[in-house]
Amino acid sequence: MIDVTRPIAELARAVQSGELTARQLVEACLAAIETKSSYHAVLELNAAALGQADAVDTRIVAGESVGVLAGVPFIAKDNFLTLGGHTTAASHILKPFEAPYQSTAIAKLEAAGAIMVAKANMDAFGHGSSTENSDFGPTKNPVDPTMVPGGSSGGPAAAVALGLCSFAVATDTGGSIRQPASFSGVVGLKPTYGLVSRYGVVAMASSTDTIGPLTRSVADAALVLDVMSGQDPADATTIERQAEPYTTTWRSGKAKIGLIKEYLGEGIDPEVKAATLAAVARFRAAGLDVEEVSLPSLDLALACYYIIVPAEISSNLSRYDGIKYGYSAPEAKTLAETYDLTRSQGFGAEAKRRILIGTYVLSSGYYDAYYKKAQAVRTLLIQDFTKAFETYGVLIGPTSPITAFPLGQKAHDPLAMYLADLCTVAVSLVGAPAISIPSGHTKAGLPIGLQLIAAQQDERRLLAAADAAEALLQDRVVA
Amino acid sequence: MSKITIDEVKRIAALSRIAITEAEASAMAVELGGIVEFVEQLQKVDTTGVEPTSQVTGLEDVWRPDVIRAKADNISQLDLLRNAPQQQDGYVKVRRVMQ
Repeated sequence: MIDVTRPIAELARAVQSGELTARQLVEACLAAIETKSSYHAVLELNAAALGQADAVDTRIVAGESVGVLAGVPFIAKDNFLTLGGHTTAASHILKPFEAPYQSTAIAKLEAAGAIMVAKANMDAFGHGSSTENSDFGPTKNPVDPTMVPGGSSGGPAAAVALGLCSFAVATDTGGSIRQPASFSGVVGLKPTYGLVSRYGVVAMASSTDTIGPLTRSVADAALVLDVMSGQDPADATTIERQAEPYTTTWRSGKAKIGLIKEYLGEGIDPEVKAATLAAVARFRAAGLDVEEVSLPSLDLALACYYIIVPAEISSNLSRYDGIKYGYSAPEAKTLAETYDLTRSQGFGAEAKRRILIGTYVLSSGYYDAYYKKAQAVRTLLIQDFTKAFETYGVLIGPTSPITAFPLGQKAHDPLAMYLADLCTVAVSLVGAPAISIPSGHTKAGLPIGLQLIAAQQDERRLLAAADAAEALLQDRVVA
Repeated sequence: MSKITIDEVKRIAALSRIAITEAEASAMAVELGGIVEFVEQLQKVDTTGVEPTSQVTGLEDVWRPDVIRAKADNISQLDLLRNAPQQQDGYVKVRRVMQ
């Protein structure tokens, strides 16, 4: 029996040494995807995967050193441009789209020997917190299929939890990696803004879009980040990576941990709060110094986010016009009709909602009151985090105020859906890195995630802290 | 009374180039009204003298030479055109602009 859920470094070594072949790993994933197809985590298989596996195996037989991810199978969220198949971002408007070039992140993973086996489901364009906004139908929670897996990266999170791949890569604009990781019981890492190139990734909100891994352990997340990060001439917003590798081995003096007070207040599910406090009790018992800290602007973060992000979405989604690529309304007779009908038929309800909100807050007479105001509030958020990181090495709190909810429960209440991102959006607005690790579960058995946050570019500290926390939470707390 | 009227929804839908029916506009007015009401809590915040954020990592003016990238991705004109719904003679074909 081939086990694709072993630690990534171990799998790559096994392939490189000939103990396993890349083909065996890819075949195991394809079989698992088939067996677990009812969860609808996957949208399309990579038809070239077995060929790529054979190429890796041939190189190894020839004595070549393939890379740190030799033969390791992964799944990419369907908003990464990949060659040889469709890239839809789970939207009708991109349904026919076949990317003419590949995203930098995927190219780097493949250069290290990893093999993409499939593209994963998501909320269309990343708009959502449950994967129910996929234009191709929702993904089901890997722990309880009557529940949502979280979103927008519900497909990648479920794929990792179900053992359909060794890891997944996804995007996080306001919590889209961390929140589904929390709902599905896996690890999800959102790096510092700009650390991983966004070239070849379908744009949602350009000032907060980030790329990161979903994995089974913090060590796996570190390894995948190490491969993907770094400046890219094709993405002018990328920043220089640290020279040292991103690992979990960083050691510091005893930096204090700040428990975010605002994330334990109103709107937080009692079981999530109890699990967070139980985790804190374990950290303290292990000798860690955890103190409560207040970041008063956090109460404003969700409102700030739902001005800035729709504004950027309305700009980024203006490119879907039925002319250059994607769906085009066949009955349109004039250029204006091509735009109006293509966008009316091609966008789902949530994409339309966000485009309209964004257009509203940017429109003449409202710009200063909404958009400019929100960007000033964003400055206040940045100041709060900067101040907190003067005292604390890492901040912690729940990843989401709630756990997985039943499919259909919030599908028609956009504002209720937005609240699932209450604890993740602020970090996105300030550009800092954060990770969600499984900490416990509810009495009903649903996963609960703990979020750890560090200052910009302090990934090595974040990963080491998360690795230590992961060890202390190995036996999950029960709320 | 919703924060956004049906007429306002129609106006921003027209700006967004999205055809919208009367029924959709009336449903959207309620939904968008709720969202706008929620984000309006920011109006109460005093931001006097606070500089709005435009970039979070401090990058400024990233320059590069004004030359075509050395075919890094090997993308040909044909590759790019392949996805256009309508094309002719190596061009993207657009429906008539004037009647």
